[in-house]
Amino acid sequence: MQNTRLVETLVGIFVAAGFAALFMLAMKVSNLNAFSNVEGYEVSAKFDNIGGLKELSPVSVSGVRIGRVTSIAFDQESYLAVVTMTIDPKYNRLPTDTSASIFTSGLLGEQYIGFEPGGEEAFLKEGDIISLTQSAMVMEQIIGQFLFSKASEGSKTE
Amino acid sequence: MNSLQQLGHGALTAFQRLGRAHLFLFAILAGLPSLLLRLRLLIQQIFSVGVLSLVITVVAGLFVGMVLGLQGYNTLVDFGAEDSLGVMVALSLVRELGPVVAALLFAGRAGSALTAEIGLMKATEQLSGMEMMAVDPLKRVIAPRFLAGVLSLPLLAAIFSAVGVMGGYFVGVGLLGVDEGAFWSQMQSRVDFDEDIMNGVIKSIVFGVVVTWIAVFEGYDAVPTSAGVSRATTRTVVYASLAVLGLDFVLTALMFGEI
Repeated sequence: MQNTRLVETLVGIFVAAGFAALFMLAMKVSNLNAFSNVEGYEVSAKFDNIGGLKELSPVSVSGVRIGRVTSIAFDQESYLAVVTMTIDPKYNRLPTDTSASIFTSGLLGEQYIGFEPGGEEAFLKEGDIISLTQSAMVMEQIIGQFLFSKASEGSKTE
Repeated sequence: MNSLQQLGHGALTAFQRLGRAHLFLFAILAGLPSLLLRLRLLIQQIFSVGVLSLVITVVAGLFVGMVLGLQGYNTLVDFGAEDSLGVMVALSLVRELGPVVAALLFAGRAGSALTAEIGLMKATEQLSGMEMMAVDPLKRVIAPRFLAGVLSLPLLAAIFSAVGVMGGYFVGVGLLGVDEGAFWSQMQSRVDFDEDIMNGVIKSIVFGVVVTWIAVFEGYDAVPTSAGVSRATTRTVVYASLAVLGLDFVLTALMFGEI
């Protein structure tokens, strides 16, 4: 009888460990928890071009992650991309003239939004719109401009 | 003429075995509902099939994750992309290595034991003895083992992946100095729950059915001699491993491929 109880306990531990592993994979490894902890205040910004920015991309100030991109939409009135971000409520002292830019981490890395705090007295709050934005650098455009300027240089010297 | 006849005989034997295996599977499936009345049998089998495979799975998962972390780092650091190490480790584990390596270990550790046990029961005429006592060996012996294998492998594969991610974390973040935040955040932003983790779980369920099915069938169909049981055990490991690797390609192509 003792033996059966031991076996049953061990099986119980095994099954619990299996589900705990699955739970850990779901919460810690995958993006599932990103939907559960979207607490914080939302601000949005309009960009000409968001490049490869995706939902759940990080939002950071001075390299410190303070939130995530929660949704990306296209505004047909202004023909701009509207990016909504959720900011961790403990970072509630960002000035209203904070500017948002889209950067790339590393040469080929992921794209993220970087905030540059301004000097206003008032702070960003739920529903605010960041007006100072800088779009993503699109590699093809830069290379295109570079080639174009090179070509025009070449034709001048001739 | 003689060799042609041999070829035909071989083919017919193979198809007969395949047919028997399928009839056997249906008989097991028919025996599963009555198993609900005898949960103790199932728990006993989950113990011997799943719990006893736990140690090898955890150790193997840890080392596979650590090697992935090491090798991935060496390649990624050349491109300055070592922050993506977590993504690489997690995706390789949950999509491929978790289900596949756990299934291979399971075939070697639990599958062979199942075949040997059932084969020996047949060789020592315990199965016929049960039939004499009007106990259906399919329901009493085979069905609990089959269901235990099918239930255990997905759990083992999940444990393997989770431990592997921790192994990759120890090597990548602990030893090689990858940024901890980047390791987890990039992993979380790239690994999708439905696309990656659930597909891995589906894979391991399929592997669980196939490996356990092969194991119990080989045991039940073994020639009831000591040499027959040993051949059946070898066949279980070989066939189950090949079936897992082959099916993995098919499942990967269906789930992640463009085919």
